[in-house]
Amino acid sequence: MKVKKNIATSEEGFIFNPSTGDSFSTNNIGTEIILALKQDKTVSEIVQEMCGKYDVEPTLFERDLDEFMTLLKEFNILEQG
Amino acid sequence: MKKLVIGVTALNAVDSPGPGVAVIRAIRESKDFEVRIIGLAYEAMEPGLYMHDLVDKTYQIPYPSGGTEPLMARLEYIQEKENMDLIIPNFDAELFNFIKLQDKLLAMGIRTFLPDLDQLESRDKMKLAGFGKKNGFLIPEEHYLHEHIELKRMESDLKYPVVVKGKYYDAIVANSFDQVEKAFQKIQAKWGLPIILQEFIKGTEINIAALGDGEGNTISVIPMRKLYITEKGKAWAGVTLDDELLLDLGRKFIKATQWRGGCELEVMLTSAGKPFILEVNPRFPAWIYLTAAAGQNQPAALVKMAMGEKLTPFETYDVGKIFIRYAWDLVTDITEFQKISGNGEL
Repeated sequence: MKVKKNIATSEEGFIFNPSTGDSFSTNNIGTEIILALKQDKTVSEIVQEMCGKYDVEPTLFERDLDEFMTLLKEFNILEQG
Repeated sequence: MKKLVIGVTALNAVDSPGPGVAVIRAIRESKDFEVRIIGLAYEAMEPGLYMHDLVDKTYQIPYPSGGTEPLMARLEYIQEKENMDLIIPNFDAELFNFIKLQDKLLAMGIRTFLPDLDQLESRDKMKLAGFGKKNGFLIPEEHYLHEHIELKRMESDLKYPVVVKGKYYDAIVANSFDQVEKAFQKIQAKWGLPIILQEFIKGTEINIAALGDGEGNTISVIPMRKLYITEKGKAWAGVTLDDELLLDLGRKFIKATQWRGGCELEVMLTSAGKPFILEVNPRFPAWIYLTAAAGQNQPAALVKMAMGEKLTPFETYDVGKIFIRYAWDLVTDITEFQKISGNGEL
């Protein structure tokens, strides 16, 4: 799953979609996930990386990540397909 | 560098603003020419009249409903004093007169850069649906009502919500037949008949400012999403977008019409990504300064083309540039008001 090429993100978690004019803000974890997606990391790579970095159960994180990705798709931030 | 003398109308920078002040601001920002700006105003309370850092001198001109003769007489008087090189009209309602007069104005040394009457009519509210069909643009379905009885006949066929629109201005979204009738009467009282019933399209409101050279080329096109909309439906804040679909729509419109001058496409972009054209305004929009701020100064480009320069289309602009309009109390003296309302000049 890839973030659309033209999506602008800032280190503070601000996301701007220049095609639609929509803007969003996310917390530090969301910012890290979007950055990882921008670097073409797979979902399992992200899970591994985040669970290594933070004290979180992989199954719990996977569920939250899935929910977050659904939101990103809904907001047209991810490539379709 | 020769100072260009440019007449500009629509100085009514009010809550539903005319584009004049924004056009002047953009022109003054160009480093390619120096200008003296002549304001052409209809009413003494147009705020632009009193903005002396933008407008050098203002003359009152007769209302468009008076026709071309009184306008021409007034412009002859102004021209004797000001020697204008160019006039940029910015109101829909005055364009017909200025287009009709463009040859006479040129003979006086005043250039314009306007669409012709056929182009002007092609995007008229009453003809937009036919134009869309012919050229492959998506236009909401419309019905024109020339008398109230026609509305009664349609009662069982109406789907809600529906947009009730006036011939020139105003649009009300109605959710029941009762609301449609009220809107019909309200708009009829203000703008007369016919009333337009337009299919309601749900989506994101986008406006596109485009500038054509009259030969089918788009010199500039910038889409803007409204971020804050006033009760009158005007953009009070907006952001420039980067969407090839919208840029293509602007270019396609300019090509299909061979549009000469500035125009604004009012678009509703559905969640399925279909751009419906709701209206086409035959002049720069009030938010036109954003094009200059984003790197494509459309009013300055129009000035250059009007003065005979051939331009190549702009290629880039800043995406994510935001404008936020604000209200500001300009303080002036009663003598200023007296000059314009008494002498018709300021």
